[in-house]
Amino acid sequence: MILQRKSDVFFCSLLLGVLLICLMVADAAISRRLDRDGVQERRAIVRVLALTDLCLTTEARYTRHPSMADLHTPFQEHPLSLDHFPAGALMPPPPHLRPQDGGE
Amino acid sequence: MGAIEKQRHILDFTLSSLGRRTGKNIALVIVYALVIFLIASVLFLADALKNEAVQILQDAPEIVVQRLVAGRHDLIPTHYMESIKTIRGVQSVESRLWGYYYDPFSGANYTLMVNADLNDHPGAIIIGAGVSRRSEPGKPLQPLRKNDLIPFKTSGGEVLTLQVKGLLPAASELVTADLILVSEPDFRKLFSVPNDRATDLVLQARNTKELATIATKIAQIHPDSRPILRDDMLRTYDAVFDWRGGVILMVLSGVFFAFIILAWDKATGLSAEEKREIGILKAIGWETSDILLMKFWEGAAVSLTAFFLGIFLAYLHVFLASSLLFEPVLKGWAVLYPHFRLTPHIHIYQIAVLFFLTVIPYTVVTIVPSWRSATIDPDAAMRL
Repeated sequence: MILQRKSDVFFCSLLLGVLLICLMVADAAISRRLDRDGVQERRAIVRVLALTDLCLTTEARYTRHPSMADLHTPFQEHPLSLDHFPAGALMPPPPHLRPQDGGE
Repeated sequence: MGAIEKQRHILDFTLSSLGRRTGKNIALVIVYALVIFLIASVLFLADALKNEAVQILQDAPEIVVQRLVAGRHDLIPTHYMESIKTIRGVQSVESRLWGYYYDPFSGANYTLMVNADLNDHPGAIIIGAGVSRRSEPGKPLQPLRKNDLIPFKTSGGEVLTLQVKGLLPAASELVTADLILVSEPDFRKLFSVPNDRATDLVLQARNTKELATIATKIAQIHPDSRPILRDDMLRTYDAVFDWRGGVILMVLSGVFFAFIILAWDKATGLSAEEKREIGILKAIGWETSDILLMKFWEGAAVSLTAFFLGIFLAYLHVFLASSLLFEPVLKGWAVLYPHFRLTPHIHIYQIAVLFFLTVIPYTVVTIVPSWRSATIDPDAAMRL
């Protein structure tokens, strides 16, 4: 009997864990290879339709098209009214709007 | 007895000792695995989205020129194209017509965009997969198909009914879920956009190294314009996912520290049974270093089990279950949400960071206070 000691079982479980991680990394690499055509298709759509942003959240225009937003969009209701869309709390202003990057 | 054999004996004993408190240790592993699962899910999701954005947006327009009026994005006069075309290095300039439409029936926001191919087919639209799932409150969900009609309300208050002539591929949902492609006459009728105005201009340059110079020249010729470079768009997504992942990780770090405090508390406040066990072990000849080794193996067994379990579940959650638990966070107030399956993107560096952020702190935090209990007087321990 190979696994007659508890330490044997423990080391085998560790090995299984490491193997699972290797399988995950391999699966990720294979999936990326298989998805090449899909990526090309998405890139073609972006090129043909001249799209600029990902459709991640559609609740406000500055979260739907963050790269097209200007500094005032989160304060569209009033200069001092705070952003009221939940996704806005998770979305920073684009780097090109920050003063140190030569933005507005 | 060889060093390896000694370690194995201590490990055998530690595992038996853990087995005597099965319920408590299983609960500990489950909570620990849950913490690792949440942190790993955030890291995997943010990295996969960032990677997808960088890959897809490689072909986004090189420069987008907007017009700003009183600090807000405004319609741009199409005659700006003439002066921009004269800038050296500009290959082509085209106008884009796009905007947002709130559908009062479904409560969803759509992005309407003019597609030149539809200009010969007024009344026809091509919709994204998210729009095809449009449902009205109280009515069962019935996906829109080819030749179905969608009513739109124009800015003048009239109803404009457009017919679905095609659907955009479901595989492109990450960029097209809320998209409706319309003809130019329909777009102008819907939003009353004058014929000499466009939403913005997109341009291609002969040499991508000249983009920044061209952008500067555009801003000089038209001081009310704002050029946005493709690099800016890509950097926006880098920042969005770093920030988004950072905010969620900051919230989760509270959970992690609470867990570390629990582990510390557990290690410092040993139960009477555990103290008696240590006392007996020291009485039969175990040294302080052996007790510390036992505690090390105990911490390693718990944390490694939780680590592998947490990582594996996070992988399944993000890449097979489409981040089901994070959907409400991403969705916010939006009615329309893209259904997409991300291409797995993980690497050893990520796993190593997770390992050093989760397993090492737990092992250290449990072994350090064990020093106190390991130096306990055996006689006093057994009398407890």
